[in-house]
Amino acid sequence: MIRRSLHTRLSFFIGTVLWTVLTWTSSVFAQEGETVNTGDTAWILTSSALVLAMTIPGLALFYGGMVRSKNVLSTMMHSFISVCIVSVVWVFWGYTLAFASDVGGLIGALEYLGLSGVGGDPVSGMTIPHAAFMVFQLMFAIITVALISGAIAERMKFSAFAVFAVLWVTFIYAPLAHWVWGGGWLGALGALDFAGGTVVHISSGVAALACALVLGKRHGYGTENMAPHNLPLTVVGASLLWVGWFGFNAGSALAANGIAAGAFVATHVATAAAALSWLAVEWAYRGQPTMLGAASGAVAGLVAITPAAGFVGPVSAVWIGLGAGVLCYLGVFLKNKLGYDDALDVLGIHGVGGTWGAVATGLFASVGGGTGLFFGNPGQVVAQVIGVIATWIFSLIGTFVILKVVDGTVGLRVSKEEEILGLDLSQHRERAYA
Amino acid sequence: MKLLSAVIKPFKLDEVKDALIELGIQGMTVTEVKGFGRQKGHKETYRGTEYQIEFVPKIKIEIAVPDNLLQSVIETVVRTAKTGSIGDGKIFVSDLQSVIRIRTGETNESAI
Repeated sequence: MIRRSLHTRLSFFIGTVLWTVLTWTSSVFAQEGETVNTGDTAWILTSSALVLAMTIPGLALFYGGMVRSKNVLSTMMHSFISVCIVSVVWVFWGYTLAFASDVGGLIGALEYLGLSGVGGDPVSGMTIPHAAFMVFQLMFAIITVALISGAIAERMKFSAFAVFAVLWVTFIYAPLAHWVWGGGWLGALGALDFAGGTVVHISSGVAALACALVLGKRHGYGTENMAPHNLPLTVVGASLLWVGWFGFNAGSALAANGIAAGAFVATHVATAAAALSWLAVEWAYRGQPTMLGAASGAVAGLVAITPAAGFVGPVSAVWIGLGAGVLCYLGVFLKNKLGYDDALDVLGIHGVGGTWGAVATGLFASVGGGTGLFFGNPGQVVAQVIGVIATWIFSLIGTFVILKVVDGTVGLRVSKEEEILGLDLSQHRERAYA
Repeated sequence: MKLLSAVIKPFKLDEVKDALIELGIQGMTVTEVKGFGRQKGHKETYRGTEYQIEFVPKIKIEIAVPDNLLQSVIETVVRTAKTGSIGDGKIFVSDLQSVIRIRTGETNESAI
């Protein structure tokens, strides 16, 4: 009792001191602000809402339809709770770790702790309120955590996922976002990532691999029927992802301008092309084109064009999309060959698609300040590959450590009985379909 | 009296029902069921994973018939439910001990 109250008083004291220091630094910071452009601000606020719609309801539906009917609520809950948890973490320490002033190229300082000074004035070089930039970035952090949940579907304890979300966004997402966009070493190296191919998609795809390896296979994997229980939900979800992704990519111009329009076009045509190429390979290889294939191909295209969206023209975007559909189709077969259970193919689509997109950005970049190999700058591919490798290693090892910590404390997996009963009943005591 | 259970292809239900009503059959019980016979199941593919679906959806019609109508009911079901391809289903006929109409307490053939 006494110990606890002492601890509370101590943290209150530290908090007050920090607050005073930070308010002072941020007020210094705000003085160099520029004027807010209303058009840019309107677009970024709209984009932020669009990116939120990618996670809920988009990803919740996309994933929810692909699991068995006994796990649909628990799967949708993963997306929903990611929104809630990451939002609160972002306010207190997530944003500052990612976007405050650089410390050694690795992490942000603490001046935005508690979003201190993050308000209506723009930071230098931007024409939107700092708060608009912050909330836009928050939506990216949310979906990255939610994406990983596809790998752990149908078998992870809810409590474990909640703790995992806090740790992952703190120790993996925030540093990575800082490396690429927050003034860290990858950005300085010249690696191009327009809207989060490495930060969002490679990192979540590789984290998914770590999750699948550490959690192990679902009970009955490979013998029982684990077919998607409601593909219309998945199709609606994929379609919402497509719509929301315009906020993700075109919003990443951080202004309502020509770069945003170019990114919008590139995003759209790459997605269409990727759905077509996935269907073509599927048709040739399996004999039938499938609706799930079209939806998966579209998501693969969205992923792959993400790092390139603001740097490529429409024809290059089509090539990137076509490549994504084929490579990600092969990507989902990896798990069968290598024997891990990435339940909803997060690595196969986001890991593979993100990696292809990052490399392809180094090949096809030609506008918006980027120049790729095909336009006379071979060095860009090198920078891209370094970014890819760094993200793979960091996310794989970091996620592995986090999972071991969670396993050693709250435990990762539900019991076999709970898994067979279904997570909706065992974790939440409710049922999707009465 | 006989109890006739016919397992048929779902899309044939309306045709079978209409023909039976025309024959003078006054009631039936219909259930959505799953099962397999010689048709076996089919394969479904989701992304890279293939599943063998063993139980195929069918419709089961149960009809209580007086002995004198049995042969014509069987012929009607066979005629209307038949497509000629595998999976058309089966008819099972069993003895029916008694029938009671709950509302009136009538029994056996007058209760059918």
